[in-house]
Amino acid sequence: MSAKSRIRLPDQATIGEVIEIKTLIAHPMETGTRRNSDGTLVPRLLLHTFETKFAGQEVFRAALHTGTAANPFISFFMKVPGPGEFEFTWIEDGGVKTTERHDLKVT
Amino acid sequence: MIKRRAFMMGLSAMAAWTGYVRPAEAEGPPRDIQTVVKTLVGEATPLEGRISFDIPEIAENGNTVPYTVRAESPMISSDYVKAIHLLAPANPLPQVSSFFFTPQSGKATVSSRMRLAQTQEVLVFAEMSDGAVYTTRRPVKVTVGGCGG
Repeated sequence: MSAKSRIRLPDQATIGEVIEIKTLIAHPMETGTRRNSDGTLVPRLLLHTFETKFAGQEVFRAALHTGTAANPFISFFMKVPGPGEFEFTWIEDGGVKTTERHDLKVT
Repeated sequence: MIKRRAFMMGLSAMAAWTGYVRPAEAEGPPRDIQTVVKTLVGEATPLEGRISFDIPEIAENGNTVPYTVRAESPMISSDYVKAIHLLAPANPLPQVSSFFFTPQSGKATVSSRMRLAQTQEVLVFAEMSDGAVYTTRRPVKVTVGGCGG
């Protein structure tokens, strides 16, 4: 299942500035312990990994477990090393990846 | 027949009492909190301090409880926060999320949302690049539990 994601970051930044990156993705984050109304166990389906690369370098990574709320929202920071492109990737159980790219303008 | 059933019932009652876990459930991530902490941060004795942890004292909805964790650090290559782990020991499975930083992160601050099945103390561990581990905890009262029962 490819999911819908939303990224919020500044339009532009200066070198050395620490910027906040807000990410949100639509996903049920099924824990595998929840039961349907008819009593059957809903199989586990998590986005188990979220990673952020900037200009090809990993800057931040998250391992998401069953205690992560549905539609995972994650906000974190990065010190701007220069201009480049963000690559945000979420990996679902089974290996399906959702990737988003964003340019960062540096002044 | 009756005897056999009575025996089986006795067995299952005993299983429930001793906390016997069916093999199918024993697989997968560990549930025991000490084991989980050890796999995450190793044998280091966690120290108090360096972490600030904002989470509501009372969570109306355990399905989505917002929080922010900050670990104090200069975030330079010789001294930075490697990871922040969050654990909810009274959830069906205790692991919430783990966040991994680099010196490029600028600051070790992360905000997200967790599920809490019931009222409990939420634990945070921060792993530093020199191997030191810091910890803090916050009690959260949950009005309606998350995790879908």
